[in-house]
Amino acid sequence: MTLEKPSQRVLLAKVGLDGHDRGIKVVARGLRNAGFHVIYSGLWQSIDAVVQAVRDEDVDWIGVSMLNGAHMTLVPQLLEALKKQKLEHVGVLVGESCAGRPAGIDSPGRRRLLRSRNHAIDAITGFLNTHAAAPVA
Amino acid sequence: MKAALTEHLTRNSPRAAPNSADDSRTTISGVPIAPQYGPADLAGFDYAGELGDPGLYPFTRGVHASMYRGRLWTMRQFAGFGRPQETNARFRFLLEQGQTGLSTAFDLPTLMGLDSDDPRSLGEVGRLGVAVDTIDDMLTLYDGIDLESVSVSMTINAPAFVVMAYYLAAARQRGFDWKKLRGTIQNDTLKEFHAQNEFVFPPEPSVRLAVDVIEFCAKHVPQWNPVSISGYHIREAGSTAAQELAFTLADGCHYVEQGLERGLAIDQFAPRLSFFFNAHNDFFEEIAKYRAARALWAELMRDQYGARQENSWKLRFHAQTAGCALQAQQPEVNLIRVSYQALAAVLGGCQSLHTNSMDETLALPSEHAVTLALRTQQVLAHETGVVNTADPLGGSYFVETLTRQMKQAAQDYFRQIADRGGMIAAIQQGFFRREIAEAAYADQQEVDAGRRKIVGVNCFQQEEDNTIPTLQIDESVEQHQLLELRALKKRRGRDAVESALTRLQQDAERGENVLPALLDAADVRVTVQEAMDALAKVFGRFQPMAGW
Repeated sequence: MTLEKPSQRVLLAKVGLDGHDRGIKVVARGLRNAGFHVIYSGLWQSIDAVVQAVRDEDVDWIGVSMLNGAHMTLVPQLLEALKKQKLEHVGVLVGESCAGRPAGIDSPGRRRLLRSRNHAIDAITGFLNTHAAAPVA
Repeated sequence: MKAALTEHLTRNSPRAAPNSADDSRTTISGVPIAPQYGPADLAGFDYAGELGDPGLYPFTRGVHASMYRGRLWTMRQFAGFGRPQETNARFRFLLEQGQTGLSTAFDLPTLMGLDSDDPRSLGEVGRLGVAVDTIDDMLTLYDGIDLESVSVSMTINAPAFVVMAYYLAAARQRGFDWKKLRGTIQNDTLKEFHAQNEFVFPPEPSVRLAVDVIEFCAKHVPQWNPVSISGYHIREAGSTAAQELAFTLADGCHYVEQGLERGLAIDQFAPRLSFFFNAHNDFFEEIAKYRAARALWAELMRDQYGARQENSWKLRFHAQTAGCALQAQQPEVNLIRVSYQALAAVLGGCQSLHTNSMDETLALPSEHAVTLALRTQQVLAHETGVVNTADPLGGSYFVETLTRQMKQAAQDYFRQIADRGGMIAAIQQGFFRREIAEAAYADQQEVDAGRRKIVGVNCFQQEEDNTIPTLQIDESVEQHQLLELRALKKRRGRDAVESALTRLQQDAERGENVLPALLDAADVRVTVQEAMDALAKVFGRFQPMAGW
C-alpha cells in the first residue's frame, strides 16, 4: 500500500498594480481540481507581503502573475527577497505575457517562466509534480 | 466542486456533452447551433415589434436609418505610451493615416489614481499607456489638436472625475468652448468591480463619483458622452457573450437609477449614455449580441424608465476587437482574426471601432502594426460594400434566432440580479465575479481539451523564427516624467494646492458634485494622486475580495 503524499501547497499572487486576474484564477481552479492546496493572495500585493505569506503558509511553490512587463523588475526582487528569508527551496512560477526573461528565472532550481495564455493546466500540474520538493527527512 | 461546475454549465451555457456521438456545435459561449435554420424558427416573428426599421424603435437594426451610408463609424484606435509628448505624436500620426477620432490609453499608475513619483509606480510609468499627473500633462497630450472638431475618448475609470476635470480645465485654458467638445470618458466603475479591478473607493461612493461626471456633463458639456458602459472588459475576463450583454445593460440601468435618484430627468442625461462592447471571434453570436443590446436597451429606457425622447432609447456603442482572442504564436495571423472580428462589429452596427494590432500580445502597437490595424477598417469601409445598406443580416433565420436567444438569456440574468437584491447586493455577494470566473474556467477547459481549436496554438503549430519588431518604452521616460513632476511640485504655490484639496474634501463630505472643486484644483496644479488621496479620506479605500 502506498501512502498518499500530502498535496503540494501553492501560493498564487498578483504583485504590483496589474489587476488582470483571469489567468491566475483559472490556474487556481485547475490546481485545486488537480489536488493541490491553493492559496490566492488577491490583488496588489507587495513583494514583502508575498514573501511573508510564503513563510506563514509554508508553501512549496509561489506562482506570480504579471501581465504588464513589470516581471523584469519585480521577479528579481522576489527572488532576492526569498533568498534573504532563506526560502530558496520554494519553487517559483512566473506567468507573464510581455517579452524578456527576468534575471534569475533561468538559474537552476524549481523555476519556470510561463509565457502568455494557453498553457494547458495539465502542463502546469505536470511541471509541479515532476519537480516536487524532496520530502524533508 | 466538479458536480457544481457541470450543473452550472448545463444551466447557464449549454454545451455539447463531451461524449456526444453526434456532431453538436455551439457558439464560443456555448449556445447550441442547429445545422440549419428556416422559417419555422421564426414562427410568430413580429417585424415591427422585434426589429423595427433601422432608425426606428426598438432599433434592433441600427440606431440610424441611413447607418453607414449617412456616416461611417468612427475609426478610433486606442493609443498611449510614454510621456504626453510621445502620445501626442502618435495621435497626430494616426490622424494623418486617416483615423477619425482619438482614443487615449493611460498608464497603470494614472489608471489607479497614482502619480508617477509614488513608490508603487516604479517601473510602470508610461509602460502601458501615457503618464498624466497634472493639467500640464493634459495640455501637452492634446497639444495642437482642435478639440472642437476631433472627438476624444479617454479610457479611465478609478480617477475618471479627476481626469475629466483636468481635460475640461485644459480645454478651457486653450480657449475651447465646452459646449462644442465631443468625446467620451469611460468612467464605468461598476465593471471594475465585476472584472477589470481598477477601483480605489468602495462601490457606492465610486458610483456616486461616476454620476457626478454624468450630471456635470449633462449640464455643461452637452455633446460629451460622460460614461461608456462597458462589456468589453467583462468579456476579456472570460465571460460568455450573454453575460457580457446582460451585465453591461444591468450596469447601465444602475447608472440610470442613480441619476434619477439624484433628481436628474431621464431625458436630460440618457441620450449621452454610451456603450462599449467586445468584438470576439464567434461571428454571428457577436452580431446577435449587438442587435439584442439595442432592442433590450430601447425597451428598458422607454417602458421601464419612461424616457420620452428617441435619443434616450438609442444604444450607441464603440467596439473593440477581442484582445483575449489574439495569440502570441504566429502573430501575423492576428491580422486575420481582427478582420473577421471587425466585420462582425460593423455588421452589428457599431458607431465607433478600434481594431487591435497584431503585436498586442507582445507589446503596445508598433507604428507599422497600428497602421495595418487602421487599414483593416479602411478596407472594410471602402472596398467590401458592406456599408451600403443598413443591417444587411436582418431577416436571416439564423441571426434573428440568435438575437432572440440572446435577449432571453440577458433577461434571465436581469431576473437573477433582481432576485439577489439588485446591483450593489449582487456585487457584494460576488455574483458577477463567480459567473465570469466559471465561464473563464470552462473556456480554458475547452481549449486544453482541444475541443476549441486555436490556429497556431493547438493546431497548425509552427516552429517560429519569431520576433517581429515591437515597440520599446525607454527607461528614460520614467526618469523625465519624475523630473518634471518634482520640478512642478517645487514651482507651484503650496497654499493654493492645500486650499484646493480642502475644498475638494469638504465638497465630497457634503455630497456636492466634485467637478467644480476639481476644476479649480486642476488650475493650481494639484496632481491626480493628491486629489484621489483627499477623496480617500472621505470615502475610504476598497480592498478587493480574494475569492476565486
